[in-house]
Amino acid sequence: MDKSGEAYWKATLGLLTKILAIWFLVSFGAGILFADLLNNIHLGGYPLGFWFAHQGSMYIFVALIFIYAKKMGEIDRKFDVHEE
Amino acid sequence: MELQTTIYLVVGLSFALYIGIAIWARAGSTSEFYVAGGGVGPRVNGMATAADWMSAASFISMAGLISNMGYGGGLFLMGWTGGYVLLALLLAPYLRKFGKFTVPQFIGDRFYSQTASTVAVVCLLVASLTYIIGQMTGVGVAFSRFLGVSKDVGIYVGMAIVFFYAVLGGMKGITYTQVAQYCVLIFAYTVPAIYISMHLTGNPIPQLGLGSDMVGTDVSLLQKLDQVVVELGFGQYTTTTAGSTLNMFVYTMSLMIGTAGLPHVIMRFFTVPTVAAARSSAGWALVFIAILYTTAPAVAAMAKLNLIGTVNTAVASNGDLYAAESSLKAADRPDWMKRWEVTGLLKFDDKNGDGRIQYYNDKTKDEAVKAKAEAAGWKGNELSVNADIIVLANPEIALLPNWVIALVAAGGLAAALSTAAGLLLAISSAISHDLVKGVFNPNITEKGELMAGRIAMSFSILVAGYLGLNPPGFAAGTVALAFGIAASSLFPAIMMGIFSKKMNKEGAIAGMLFGLGITLFYVFAHKGLFFIKGTDYLPLIGGANSFFGITPEAFGAVGALGNFIVAFVVDKFTKEPPEHIQHLVESVRTPRGAKAVDGRH
Repeated sequence: MDKSGEAYWKATLGLLTKILAIWFLVSFGAGILFADLLNNIHLGGYPLGFWFAHQGSMYIFVALIFIYAKKMGEIDRKFDVHEE
Repeated sequence: MELQTTIYLVVGLSFALYIGIAIWARAGSTSEFYVAGGGVGPRVNGMATAADWMSAASFISMAGLISNMGYGGGLFLMGWTGGYVLLALLLAPYLRKFGKFTVPQFIGDRFYSQTASTVAVVCLLVASLTYIIGQMTGVGVAFSRFLGVSKDVGIYVGMAIVFFYAVLGGMKGITYTQVAQYCVLIFAYTVPAIYISMHLTGNPIPQLGLGSDMVGTDVSLLQKLDQVVVELGFGQYTTTTAGSTLNMFVYTMSLMIGTAGLPHVIMRFFTVPTVAAARSSAGWALVFIAILYTTAPAVAAMAKLNLIGTVNTAVASNGDLYAAESSLKAADRPDWMKRWEVTGLLKFDDKNGDGRIQYYNDKTKDEAVKAKAEAAGWKGNELSVNADIIVLANPEIALLPNWVIALVAAGGLAAALSTAAGLLLAISSAISHDLVKGVFNPNITEKGELMAGRIAMSFSILVAGYLGLNPPGFAAGTVALAFGIAASSLFPAIMMGIFSKKMNKEGAIAGMLFGLGITLFYVFAHKGLFFIKGTDYLPLIGGANSFFGITPEAFGAVGALGNFIVAFVVDKFTKEPPEHIQHLVESVRTPRGAKAVDGRH
């Protein structure tokens, strides 16, 4: 059981790392560090870097939380630690 | 109907609605309407959280600042939404499993120390009080326009109403009142944006309108805006960053971890029914927040274009911005300008005495702009518009119908009052419960505790109101300072409490004190000791933004990093936490066995 507890925590951290990597890439990456570069590409009337900072990252944040909630639910059930 | 009458009517109706719901909810079965363990689903809880969260800073101030800052203003957008990802992933489900009501309680239990809990109370108080100063600034703006008085009188009136509102108390705790406030607030924010987007681009959805072409042309709105602002000597809208890329990076980070560390936001997730609900609640809250936050950049850009277009007719006609007849005649200026002049937040000063209003950046470094302005006989910028009025004035600038203007006033007041009242309740409970009862006088009677809470609340309003008269910045800027303080002090302690089994009390306490101390030191250097004007000590730290060009609002992330480092170093040299604490951390990490919340509040 203890082993299973450790494995559960490891699976959780794995999921967190993946989600936070995307979180970082869209906001700090596309929205800030690479914004100038991405501004050469246009999305409609939006320069792409500007779009990530003012629109895109927020849509992706919303999606990330729901994906996390769903995947986390799956992990909970797999390790049999979900709420009754 | 007269504009002023319409405003009174709409604001009055919205308040009647909130009070009505409060009374109705009380008359029904009480427990059902309080969040704890009740039948409130994640969607409704998310909506209530969104109303609680979106304050004067989000509603009144943010779009105005983005309007001024351009691309760099995106730090508010990313920072205040990205924090929810951290909250959902790193804190909310675990704190829910822990099953207590307040942040100091968690810190006190996890770090098995009354001292740690007391330090957390201090951090909470400093952050919340700073937050309220920002709210009072916003409340002052809203009331000054609403009542047609100066900003200072607006703040006095706001103080009185916030006091009344917070002491009434019950209103805040009722989820459905907040749902109503959310509806008023979001309706008030999006309706003018839809009107304006439709008018400028023909696309009714502001999020798409911002990326569309101007009506009847093949020039995109952002391109047009870029061209106009650059010609008038301002920085290019879509690329001007906030100070430097490094500053924008740490500023955004500060707001994100501050969001996840602010006690009144975290508290919302203590009271959802299950751990799974804590995760999805954060998602729903962000959905409802994002509706406003993705509209804000459209409001910002379009308001800027409309504002410049109002004082310079060449914007619409694509003519010469510097032609004499392009500038608006002062005598012909629209009524909304005169209305805002009363508040002192919009000023017009005919520097070259030509009877026309010239609006441009007279501090520009662009020689071509300087030469053109000089050739046109312009003697400096003649119109100053406080960033905090942009959203409230936006429907007036776009000449929208009176009921829309009134609606925005109602939305602004709802946003400012609900958050200010919520923060005051958080302060009063921290002082009366966590501090007075928890530390100084455990035998205090219930009545005495209530009294202590009221006194704390009144004192906070006075302090916040006084400092709000001479605010350390625009509403959103001041609120950003509060986030920096929460980011540097509370977030690292909570996170280490969950993600490190070995973190001990010495480490956590040292970390919190260091993070809070260094951040306040840097902030006070710029803004004055305890935000009192004239007590700043910039020379001591080597001038403004001396730490790698980082502004005080952005310093929270640096403080947080320091907090982590100090905590881990101290932890290395002190003894590890007792066995039962390590088991506590293990149990917090798994959802099974989550019980209803106990403790009080």
